[in-house]
Amino acid sequence: MTLNEKVFKFKVEVILKKGVLDPQGEAIKQSININNLGNILDVKQGKLFELTASSKNREQAIKEVERICADLLTNSVIEEFKYYEVSE
Amino acid sequence: MIWHKETTLPKVDLVVLPGGFSYGDYLRCGAIAAKSPIMKAVKSFYEIGGFIIGICNGFQILTETKILPGALIPNTNQKFICKDQDLIVANNKTFFTSNFEHNRTISIPIAHHDGQYFLNGPQIEELEQNEGIVLKYRDNPNGSIKDIAGVCSKNKRVIGMMPHPERAIDKKLGSVSGLSMFESVISNF
Repeated sequence: MTLNEKVFKFKVEVILKKGVLDPQGEAIKQSININNLGNILDVKQGKLFELTASSKNREQAIKEVERICADLLTNSVIEEFKYYEVSE
Repeated sequence: MIWHKETTLPKVDLVVLPGGFSYGDYLRCGAIAAKSPIMKAVKSFYEIGGFIIGICNGFQILTETKILPGALIPNTNQKFICKDQDLIVANNKTFFTSNFEHNRTISIPIAHHDGQYFLNGPQIEELEQNEGIVLKYRDNPNGSIKDIAGVCSKNKRVIGMMPHPERAIDKKLGSVSGLSMFESVISNF
């Protein structure tokens, strides 16, 4: 990190695309129903990432986060992502 | 054997990406290995028409690098499956399956947790049109779409498969179908 860089924090949510089987979500749903915890029709399990970026500005940080999401954190065949900036 | 941190391939006739839970399947199976320095060289090798086989985790790495279409996701039963598996040779016009008759049933072991092959509808049609489905499961064990156990690239020079042919090379191991695959490779050079 250099003097003219600032820290930006992001959260990235990754979830399976519609039509991709999610056996983990299905198992969790069954457990909810068996234990009478609620009337849940569907469960999808995803991933949450917290990224702390060091960039000269917000625009640059967002560009990098988008590239990381598309190139590494998700596989576009099966997953989709959304990201948002967080203060802490 | 070439270390993953290498950036170039020596002169080779065939690249084999073996199985083995690289990086503990963190993030997604094969995802981090797909970003290894050596994979840029493997991709270049593919682009100049090199022959490549990816087995199990090697198949997962080839899909993550987009050398092969699709993705491998967890088995529908959420279990690690390790057993002999009957397969159907759906395409015998590849350098790896040319020793088999079309539609012949062969037995090769599987050993995976993330073996469910997935592609969306239009991409599946494209794969079928390109004769990209090489091996299919008989009694689909993992939920793979269209019972797919192995696929090949458009140029038919790259093959990825979840079953382990290297574990079926001696009668004492129960099957020699895997040996036949490696013999196919040799007879095609």
